Amino acid sequence: MKEILLPRVRTSRWLAVGWQGLSILMALLFTTLVLLLTGAPPLEAYRQVVEGAFGSLKRATDILVAWVPLMLVTSGLLLTFTAGLWNIGVEGQIVLGAIATTGVVRALQHTDLPPPIILVLALLAGMAGGAAWAGLVGLLKVYGGVHEIFGGLGLNFVATTLILWLIFGPWKRPGIGSMSGTEPFPERLMLPTLPGLRLSPWALGMALLSVALVYVLLRNTYFGLRLKAIGKNLRAAHLLGVPTTRYLFLALLGCGAMAGLAGSIQVTAVYHRLIPPISSGYGYLGLLVAMLANYRVTWSVPVAFFFAALNIGSIQLPITLKLDSTLSGVMQGALVLFVLLMQGVRARWQAKTTVESEDGA
Amino acid sequence: MKVEMRHIYKSFGPVRALQDVSLTVQAGTIHGLLGENGAGKTTLMKILSGYLRPDRGEILLDGQAVRFRSPAEGLRHGIGMLHQDPMDFPALSVLDNFMMGHEGGLWLDRRGARRALKELADAFGFDLDPDARVDSLTVGERQQLELLRLLWRGVRVLILDEPTTGISAPQKARLFATLRRLAEEGKAVIFVTHKLEEAEELCHRVTVLRQGRLAGEVTPPYSPARLIELMFGRPVPMPERERIPLGEPVLEVQDLVVGDHRLRLSQVRLTVRAGEIIGLAGMEGSGQQLLMRACAGLIRPWEGTIRVSGRDLTGKPYSAFLEAGVLYVPANRLEEGLIPGLTLTEHFQLVYPNGRHLIDWEQARAEAQRRIREFHIRGRPETPVEALSGGNQQRTLLALIRTPARLLLLEHPTRGLDVESSLWVWERLKERARQGTALMVVSSDLQELMQYCHRIVVFFSGRVSEPIDAEQLTLDRLGHMIAGRGW
Repeated sequence: MKEILLPRVRTSRWLAVGWQGLSILMALLFTTLVLLLTGAPPLEAYRQVVEGAFGSLKRATDILVAWVPLMLVTSGLLLTFTAGLWNIGVEGQIVLGAIATTGVVRALQHTDLPPPIILVLALLAGMAGGAAWAGLVGLLKVYGGVHEIFGGLGLNFVATTLILWLIFGPWKRPGIGSMSGTEPFPERLMLPTLPGLRLSPWALGMALLSVALVYVLLRNTYFGLRLKAIGKNLRAAHLLGVPTTRYLFLALLGCGAMAGLAGSIQVTAVYHRLIPPISSGYGYLGLLVAMLANYRVTWSVPVAFFFAALNIGSIQLPITLKLDSTLSGVMQGALVLFVLLMQGVRARWQAKTTVESEDGA
Repeated sequence: MKVEMRHIYKSFGPVRALQDVSLTVQAGTIHGLLGENGAGKTTLMKILSGYLRPDRGEILLDGQAVRFRSPAEGLRHGIGMLHQDPMDFPALSVLDNFMMGHEGGLWLDRRGARRALKELADAFGFDLDPDARVDSLTVGERQQLELLRLLWRGVRVLILDEPTTGISAPQKARLFATLRRLAEEGKAVIFVTHKLEEAEELCHRVTVLRQGRLAGEVTPPYSPARLIELMFGRPVPMPERERIPLGEPVLEVQDLVVGDHRLRLSQVRLTVRAGEIIGLAGMEGSGQQLLMRACAGLIRPWEGTIRVSGRDLTGKPYSAFLEAGVLYVPANRLEEGLIPGLTLTEHFQLVYPNGRHLIDWEQARAEAQRRIREFHIRGRPETPVEALSGGNQQRTLLALIRTPARLLLLEHPTRGLDVESSLWVWERLKERARQGTALMVVSSDLQELMQYCHRIVVFFSGRVSEPIDAEQLTLDRLGHMIAGRGW
């Protein structure tokens, strides 16, 4: 018989917040330590990050520009996480969405179709591309017995190679292929932005819609309940009659579609062409956001915002402090690490006190 | 080495696995540990080997009190356990498995290990190829390897948990010869089994456990009747069994051959009619679970057919069985039956959805409340199932059985329940039978089976009896058959 430690202690709200606060504190200490080791002034660095994020209207809206794809990806990942899947392949799904979108725009840019139609088709193609790439992960898992982490990771590499081939091969700029990407789209085929800023209200709207959709799905639908059941106990869910394979696929396809849409937005609203780093690491970052938000939709909105702010804020660090802008990555990674660590410590500590109080039963 | 376990208590949450169990094993003897499933034999041995820690009580080795924190520590004190399922590394070679866990410096001494393996294997007459992969060996050979590995580590107390399941007759003979020899060399051997014959043949002394307590200790000459009585207890006068008119055949199993890596059931023939309650009796691992899962559509049989209400469902997926009204309720409540983390309301909505897409939580809560009342579940709609007691989890499982059902397959429905809950469960099951559902129940409580079932099928080591009318059975005979005698 296995020793199953059942959590019987009902923790208070404040205790939970306290633990989270401790994690954040430790993450800050860790990052400060790293800064000190590299010889940079920590307080100045933090100040620069805050200024870099909120210093001007343009910068503040840039946060939203970064938040949109991150939020889309995170929403999708909340679907797969609820189903108990580690969809590491989300990076590749973003890339395939970007590729599909670029393909459609390039194919239709010289036709007479009105630009809004072309853009809509392009975005739909992006969703389809991402979903298809996620579907591959599902097929590998169900029919090949390949865990989705390995399948996803492998397909990420394939996606990266695919995008490089396209940019340097069939879709290269006339003359020479270069890392700056494909030929930029004509202005009428760029997703319209607010005047003077890089933020597109359409993109913002889509991100907000995706969050709302996932929220409703997970909380109020049978679809969400079944995903939750599968994620918590696949075997029991199967025995109780939930079509597990079908729902695993649906979760993957849903996440792939949202990731693909994020890729589409990067192409049509931000860069207006296909570039090698089109995904900007939003896939992996989205995984971190979901983990830090404890897989809750409500928490993931501010956490994604915070991460986006960190990203934007550290862009100018190389210039002002000769620090690499990946400082934001250090902070983000440290935060997630310490939160997870504290969760483990807390679970151990709670289990120990539960067992001790049951002695002599 | 002399082993003493004194006044051992062990509970898992509300389940009292062991209560005041004491055991003394002298060096140079083979000591048998006999008992039904759930009696506590494996738990007791896991405590001795260091895998579990007792809540109360002490362990003395050669008079010295010891406290183990892990099996490794147990091994260092010379106690080794051979588990029922081989705990080895199938993808590695025999030699690597042999060396596993051996304490030694940084470098692997393969040559030394190879020599030791050959010496030990020759000494005991085992034939093992050091370079073969372990997953190519038979269960008996894997057992031999494990034995040698423990001997090389210098064990002085050897615990074997149901070692003869799944090994051939010559391998068994060799095992017994080996154990006798080890005892002669001064080691203490503890032989956990449910098979009377083997206990009689091999052991110098037998301790019997029943429901977590010490039932008795006997020395040769052994009386099988006495052993059965100790294992199962005295029969209790039983109320009249209900005579329900039986209906059409619901389940027809013909010439079924099904198995896994340890066990193989052959030529099983069974017909169950509507309203009938069939009991599957036997020790755990004797094949009842295999048959149940095959009838539920979870395992594909190798040969034979399964028909449900006339339709041939052999080889069809689980969903087909569900649709045909075959419902399976597993024994592991939290691992396979329920979803920890989900509330009662959520469970009910999974099985009895009120709509197609959107969930009306108000309505769902009210419905959950209704079912909670109907099934006397001590819990609220928002209670997560892992917070319920075992009895209430079982009631929840029953509440989750869809109606109507043609065939209900229940594994140990009253395991770990108090008398009141057990009675209540059987009342519900009888009600289902009255409504025309056919039931197949696996249970290790023989009295329960005798009391409620119309016919009983006995399983022993892969052999399946013909269904026996319960009225023609006595508790005595049933106990004998389960332990391998009287077939």
